[in-house]
Amino acid sequence: MAHAPAVVHSGRHQTSTGTDNRKLLMWMFLGSECLFFGSLIASYLIFKNDVIARGVGPFAHLVVIGGEEQHGVLDIPLTSVSTFVLLMSSVTMVFAVYGAQQRLPKMMKLALLATIILGIGFLGFQVFEFRTFGAEGLNLGTNLFGATFFVLTGFHGTHVGIGVLYLACLLAGSFRRTGLGPEAGHHVEIAGLYWHFVDIVWIVIFTIIYLIPG
Amino acid sequence: MATVAGTLAHQANTGVWSWITTVDHKRIGVLYGVTAFTFFCWGGVQALIIRTQLAVPYGNVVDAGTYNGLFTMHALTMIFLAIMPLGASFFNFLTPLMIGARDVAFPRLNALSYWTFLAGGLVLSSSFLFGQPPRGGWFNYAPLSSTQYAPDLGIDFYVVGLLTLGVSSLMAALNFAVTILNLRAPGLTMMRLPVFIWMTLIISFLLILALPPLTVALIQLLFDRQFGTHFFNAAEGGDPILWQHLFWVFGHPEVYILILPAMGIVSEVLPVFSRKPLFGYPAIVFSGIAIAFLGWAVWSHHMFTTGMGAVPRTIFAANTMIIGIPTGIKIFNWLGTMYGGSIRFNVSMSYAVSFIALFTIGGISGVMHASPPVDTQHQDTYFVVAHLHYVLVGGAMTGIFSGIYYWFPKMTGRFLDEKLGMVQFWLWFIGVNMTFFPMHYLGLIGMPRRIYTYDPGLNFEFWNMFETIGSFVLAASVLAFLWNFFTTMRKEPTAPNNPWGAPTLEWATTSPPPEHDFDVIPTVRARDPLWYDRDHGIEAPQPTGEHIHLPPPSYYPILIATGILLLTVAPLTHLAMTVLAVPIIVYGIWGWALEPTE
Repeated sequence: MAHAPAVVHSGRHQTSTGTDNRKLLMWMFLGSECLFFGSLIASYLIFKNDVIARGVGPFAHLVVIGGEEQHGVLDIPLTSVSTFVLLMSSVTMVFAVYGAQQRLPKMMKLALLATIILGIGFLGFQVFEFRTFGAEGLNLGTNLFGATFFVLTGFHGTHVGIGVLYLACLLAGSFRRTGLGPEAGHHVEIAGLYWHFVDIVWIVIFTIIYLIPG
Repeated sequence: MATVAGTLAHQANTGVWSWITTVDHKRIGVLYGVTAFTFFCWGGVQALIIRTQLAVPYGNVVDAGTYNGLFTMHALTMIFLAIMPLGASFFNFLTPLMIGARDVAFPRLNALSYWTFLAGGLVLSSSFLFGQPPRGGWFNYAPLSSTQYAPDLGIDFYVVGLLTLGVSSLMAALNFAVTILNLRAPGLTMMRLPVFIWMTLIISFLLILALPPLTVALIQLLFDRQFGTHFFNAAEGGDPILWQHLFWVFGHPEVYILILPAMGIVSEVLPVFSRKPLFGYPAIVFSGIAIAFLGWAVWSHHMFTTGMGAVPRTIFAANTMIIGIPTGIKIFNWLGTMYGGSIRFNVSMSYAVSFIALFTIGGISGVMHASPPVDTQHQDTYFVVAHLHYVLVGGAMTGIFSGIYYWFPKMTGRFLDEKLGMVQFWLWFIGVNMTFFPMHYLGLIGMPRRIYTYDPGLNFEFWNMFETIGSFVLAASVLAFLWNFFTTMRKEPTAPNNPWGAPTLEWATTSPPPEHDFDVIPTVRARDPLWYDRDHGIEAPQPTGEHIHLPPPSYYPILIATGILLLTVAPLTHLAMTVLAVPIIVYGIWGWALEPTE
């Protein structure tokens, strides 16, 4: 059985740390992104109790105001499904990286395509969710729940969208005559770092906004 | 497209097009330097108008609204468009040279950082052309930034300008962090890095981590102004103090982003002109790291008067005072470097020594603010203005002038005139103290900052006139520098490789360096490599004539920056601009990715 080389190395870029320049850049960029989402999540948490104390709905979760129950807008079963879709896209992303590193172009292309479709699926759920909330009277200006929720999840969705575009570019590039070139493994792995990060951020957001009751 | 870009490499290396498409770190450093110094002069003109207005009571040079725009834009121009990019200019020119590399890790990203900076700077400054400068001060506290109190576009210029400049700084910081970690010459371990490079690395990490909170605050402000949210509107359940927290979580590390380049510069200059190795190298490096680390835990000392409660006030006061310790370690190490050395007092050294003195004054008044009761007394008075100008003008700018005189022969092959330089130095030193020292006194007797005029009979008259005269002395110093610069550039280049007898790698190559920096990548055997090689009789390696690969020029950076510029003006004009901008950016990134760089 002929083994392909485990990881496609390019001998050209000897670095002092041994880590590829582009991979190191992506790791540090993701460090920056942690602070970005951290600040948005902190803003949500800061206003969480104030929104209920102020009493202007709609609210995230069930609250009792003046002895009257007000239902929350968040649909946890539905968003659990969309979370599952996004998590599965991380699985297919792992297959794409494996395919690229093992020089299995067919597997890589299929897995990239699956990741893109799952990513678009997640965005579809988000559009549906935003429209439903809008219909229930929750907008950016309604209360601080609306403001922090839409800005936080909206920027996360933007990150997913950019990720979809990123992967679509890799997929389109893989159909060129030379494919993604000798460094395909690197290119797809770095894209994978970004994709997994966006996934992990969603798990944090899902836990903090959806699963912790109000 | 790729073939077109590929052929660019073989075109002439002069002319405007070669500068637009350049990815050479030295040229980008020059672009940063010239642009930033132009903005520095522009910020200086704003300062002169402010000082002229304040020279006498009931001054009527400008009206109150214009005055508010002037002090806001003066701060933004000096911080974001002058001192930060002047630091970036040194990082660009020197980092690859000092670590023995042929370029930065991402040459095209480097060009994109510059063009994005230029776009952001032009948008921010153009607010004056439309008569709508931001008027809320550089930290732009809510609710003054709301549409209710700032209905014109001024705050929107502020928001989009700073967002764009943040993107530029983030790209540059990522680039330099990777470059320093990954492209060091053989033998150049982390604890052999020049202190200037250590400071560049620390600043890069500060930028990478400090910019996102500002970005979030700006996005929230943008949404408040454009899309009807109420993040900072207390009447609708928002919280104006949230802005202050997010701003200062960025703003305090930003203070170190501004001062650490100057600390790195004097750490290079002092040993060379004392002819002694830097005293306490590890202590200086670790205090730099400690300052950067502690800089994250002190932001609320800008907010002592917001009523945070006793416990937070105590903790933030204690943390702030602790920063005095690593700063003091640095100052004593610089003094220890000079002690017993054979000191040459040329212009660069004079600036470096006066940096220590002036920065110490600013540092000490900083420790005074760390005490909440004292800070409550100082808040919004000229005492704070005195403190921040001693740190930024007496500290950062003085250090930058030291660096300009020190590295000018390496950058251009020419020496700035020493006699004129000495005149310029003394004008600067006298001007800084004349302008900013009396502000301590004025602040303590109660003169508030950000007032466009004051009543006679409050004992403010004499020292305000004195400061105004001082500010014109500073202006004379800058004019003398410009005269020195332009006359020097008309002379023949005469500088040898290592005119000062310096120990770091940038002096191992020619002045100015060739496009590929080094004929042979140097090997580093000690912390002060050139001194070690000299003392051990090690000859410089001979060129082997091997082919040296350089990244070809590219027009994709300026193309993407154009897209970013359109994105920037979208909130100022019409959101439809994004429809124009996004395809340009996506096309630019696509072409960028496929462009051959080998």
